[in-house]
Amino acid sequence: MDNMIIEKIMQKNVLTLSPDHSIQDALNLIKKARIKHIPIISEENTLIGIISDRDIRDAAPSILSKNEKLDALLNKPVKNIMKTDVITGHPLDFVEDAATIFYEHKISCLPITTNGKLVGIITKTDVLNTFVKLTGAHQPSSRIEVRVPNITGMLSEVATVFHKGKVNISSVFVYPEENEKFKTLVFRVQTMNPMGLITELEKKGYTVVWPHMLGE
Amino acid sequence: MKDSVFIYSPLFLNYKFSNKHPFNQLRVELTVDLLKKLKALEDDEIVEPRFATDEELELIHDAGYIRAVKQAGEGKLSEHEALNYGLGTEDTPIFQNMHQASSLIVGATLTAVDHVMMEKSKHALNLGGGLHHGFRGKASGFCIYNDSAVAIKYIIEKYGARVLYIDTDAHHGDGVQWSFYDEPNVCTLSIHETGRYLFPGTGTVHERGQGSGYGFAFNIPLDAFTEDESWLKVYKEAVTEVAEYFKPDVIVTQNGADAHYFDPLTHLHASINIYREIPKLAHEIAHSYCDGKWIAVGGGGYDIWRVVPRAWSLIWLEMKNLSCKAQGALPKEWLEKWQEKSPVELIPTWEDPDPLYQPIPRKKEIEEKNNHTLELALQFIRQQREYNAKKNVNGQTF
Repeated sequence: MDNMIIEKIMQKNVLTLSPDHSIQDALNLIKKARIKHIPIISEENTLIGIISDRDIRDAAPSILSKNEKLDALLNKPVKNIMKTDVITGHPLDFVEDAATIFYEHKISCLPITTNGKLVGIITKTDVLNTFVKLTGAHQPSSRIEVRVPNITGMLSEVATVFHKGKVNISSVFVYPEENEKFKTLVFRVQTMNPMGLITELEKKGYTVVWPHMLGE
Repeated sequence: MKDSVFIYSPLFLNYKFSNKHPFNQLRVELTVDLLKKLKALEDDEIVEPRFATDEELELIHDAGYIRAVKQAGEGKLSEHEALNYGLGTEDTPIFQNMHQASSLIVGATLTAVDHVMMEKSKHALNLGGGLHHGFRGKASGFCIYNDSAVAIKYIIEKYGARVLYIDTDAHHGDGVQWSFYDEPNVCTLSIHETGRYLFPGTGTVHERGQGSGYGFAFNIPLDAFTEDESWLKVYKEAVTEVAEYFKPDVIVTQNGADAHYFDPLTHLHASINIYREIPKLAHEIAHSYCDGKWIAVGGGGYDIWRVVPRAWSLIWLEMKNLSCKAQGALPKEWLEKWQEKSPVELIPTWEDPDPLYQPIPRKKEIEEKNNHTLELALQFIRQQREYNAKKNVNGQTF
């Protein structure tokens, strides 16, 4: 991960259909490729709609009615049921922007376009995966939480302790606390033996949230 | 055929990062001396280990990494290059002749394997081994070469046997797990303190293997402050059921002794009692499924004075059916010899002092959480068993 932009994490080989493909085609593709969304594009690769497994389900007649209707539906073109007001992202958007869009619009898939042309797609899972990498939890490391006053320079002071201990930091989070006078700094550090670091931090007057407190 | 062999060389002490480093192979020496003074280890039971060849190391490790370790041990590797291989960090500092020292540890585990697989003995113990954090191309968590992973691969290739690896170190056995994550002939089971805070952070219950290896990795991360009762319940159920499911040809156990309350690096609250039970069940499993084939290695363990010598002696005593000897006072000569060198007061008995620690207020919650984790970890096996049972019943009915 060089950069937290969508271009780096999006899937570039997108499975698409044209508006005149049948709903049956869409259903087949969804089943075969195990996907939930299919962007619908014109001949010039312009994004004109999107169809999801749910759109098809919603359009299908109830199982209580007669089945002939279902066959008729499946032969209709996807343009009849596709959504045309598609929310899209740009390759240069930040990954956290995409996360916000997923959250606010309650959607789980985002086609990525430039000048209206489809260039990629990302899903909620792609974004989640990026955040897992951000936490550093995929690399061997120990986790240390330090409670610090909510003033400038704290992160730098704590980081200096790690630097002096020659321990590489895999990730840092700054968590707000309910009490606005404090923040919690969460580090994943590349060492199996954080005891020296913890002693040093405590000597400097910081509260280290681990290991003593959780058992009590 | 002998019942058990003890793989040991005084050269194990050469695997030494620095005087201040928590990983200290003096603990093997302390254990050997304790067993000798107990008159439970004879010279003719001790087998001199060989060095692993480069070819053997390459069963797991990248040739470039092995070259780097060699160069580092001769002072010929730049700091920048070393760091790319995880060498020269606080956890795995560079030391003179580190390649030789590390390949002897691997060779010792291979010696243990050959003794057991060529049926020269039923069981073999290498307390110098168990370096389960070593990766294909990177040193990690005090480990340079991963003796256990090399040995398991060696068993598959040379003897074509299916291996159950049981890791009871307080840290997740990540290096071994990832080496065989897609390998259906190796089943890994690691019981460790949760990685939420503790190194290496992996070993969640959802890590179950991938591809054809899916369903052959088991992880049971326990809450900090887990005590004997809960720890043993998890261990006994997990080991029994995984063994029954996998039906191994041979077992390899990693016996890190760092889940003890006294251990400075971890936050589990086990006592010496679990170190009596761990080898006992391993021994039973070996005889039930593997005609006795059991290779045991050491691992973590950072209270080298009060915990490790007693805990590791119990493995050997169990192999030889002599665990009844480990009761009451420790041999007086051993205590006298080592007390003056120890920075802490030695525990004079095989048993831990009672009480060992203040009661844990969250005990019930922790037990409940661990039971839930155990349930999740074994769900896969239990469902399969139920399904098979139903199928059998139906088969008879129709």
